[in-house]
Amino acid sequence: MPDKRMTIDEVVGELRDGMTIGIGGWGSRRKPMALVRALARSHVSDLTVVSYGGPDVGLLCATGQVRKVVFAFVSLDSIALEPHFRNARQAGTVDALELDEGMFLLGLQAAAWRVPFLPTRAGLGSDVVARQPEIRTVHSPYDDGEELVAMPALMLDVALVHQNRADAAGNAQFLGPDLYFDDLMCQAAARSFVSCERIVDTADLLKEGSHHTLRISRLWTDGVVETPNGAHFTSCVPDYERDEAFQRGYAASAKSPEAWEEWRRAWLDLDEGDYQQRVTAG
Amino acid sequence: MTQPLTQVRRADVCCIAIAEVFRGDGEIVANPIGTIPRIGGLLARLAFEPDLVMTDGEAMFTNADGAVEAWNPYRTMFDVVWSGRRHVIMGGSQLDPYGNHNFAAIGDMKRPKAQLLGFRGAPGNTINNVTSYWVPNHGPRVFVESVDVVSGVGYDRAAAAGPAATRFHSLRHVVTNLAVLDFEPAQHRMRLRSLHPGVTVADVTAATGFELVVPDDVPTSRAPTADELALLERIDPDGARFQEVPDA
Repeated sequence: MPDKRMTIDEVVGELRDGMTIGIGGWGSRRKPMALVRALARSHVSDLTVVSYGGPDVGLLCATGQVRKVVFAFVSLDSIALEPHFRNARQAGTVDALELDEGMFLLGLQAAAWRVPFLPTRAGLGSDVVARQPEIRTVHSPYDDGEELVAMPALMLDVALVHQNRADAAGNAQFLGPDLYFDDLMCQAAARSFVSCERIVDTADLLKEGSHHTLRISRLWTDGVVETPNGAHFTSCVPDYERDEAFQRGYAASAKSPEAWEEWRRAWLDLDEGDYQQRVTAG
Repeated sequence: MTQPLTQVRRADVCCIAIAEVFRGDGEIVANPIGTIPRIGGLLARLAFEPDLVMTDGEAMFTNADGAVEAWNPYRTMFDVVWSGRRHVIMGGSQLDPYGNHNFAAIGDMKRPKAQLLGFRGAPGNTINNVTSYWVPNHGPRVFVESVDVVSGVGYDRAAAAGPAATRFHSLRHVVTNLAVLDFEPAQHRMRLRSLHPGVTVADVTAATGFELVVPDDVPTSRAPTADELALLERIDPDGARFQEVPDA
């Protein structure tokens, strides 16, 4: 089997200006934050970010690297609205393609299955369709003749996801209650990079979870990075819960440019090892 | 503060009104989102609608005793929504006379004055399964003539989108801290259905930014029974419901 182990910097070295990047997790849950932090330290810009959005989206908006966000929501869960994302939207500095959560799933599925769209009722009658000409409808070719939303494929250049465990070949495992859409993100992307809490021997993958937890095969992954506590400050159950106090500090940094600069110096302008040391030191 | 037993508390009336929204639903997912909706939904299952399926707020269906009965991660929830086997109660920042709903943004969605939640699952919910709304702060900024962004689809917008949109579209009730509303069957405009104890028709019309359909005879929302009050205490021993809707 191949050895796909990489470093965080090697993953970010694969990213280019103008790329469309899918980021796994959901809200402030199991986000590949170690990779996102490294991306936020890089000079890669003009990105389209496709995400069930949380602080991944907010952070990259705050650093000014995002041109467009494809989203159904951007939330910190315990803080309903992502303040950095709000700042960017209200200042008009990022474009948006807004979707229903289910349309989002179908867009990823269409890309994964290499079809241009998938039909759905979701979106009919709403401003997702009425106000966004890039979302079109299709007439059923069958006798019902129904006019449905044709959710276009969300083709990703790169997917970044975080899992609990993986092996060196890129088979990845989630141990929490929800995979979210991490598998589809990988399948919708030309190339996928998985960060994980721990890289284990392939033979040990079933020690911590049943075969039902092995939902991302190495077929879909191009690189794997061990990033302990790498989803911090989002949750990564059962390994750890969200760091609510840290998240409150992150959210407060959206209040002014000075607050953001201070937070950025403390928590972004340092490498992952130093970041984790500082988190541990409290 | 101890309340005299005879005084009906507004939050309890709201919980009962929410519970009543699910009456007759049978074996579907009751998905009430928010503090009082969740309490009211749990009450419905315990009091009179025992076959309802409910989530633990995360990825499991749990029964009335808290036992996990099935796995329902986000992906599976879309199977439920698109099959129609669900009745959702959503909050909203704006509602119009036809039940169009907005929690996406205030102002122009292309350059919002205030970015709110985004569309979340509102378009797919309203077009595929039964939807009711919960408004804890009935006022003219919420009930508006026209919503800034249509996230949840109202009757007029569904009709304009054609038969594929109306086929499974059903907005049932709007429960607020003042009253219960529904949609009259002819024009599908919002209608006053019952007033919570102590609230007048004038209170509601003054708090609504469009013309409500007001029948000649508007009943009073029912008070909880003694059994239901005991269940409410069991479901919500800390009184979170009174934080969301204080007594008038």
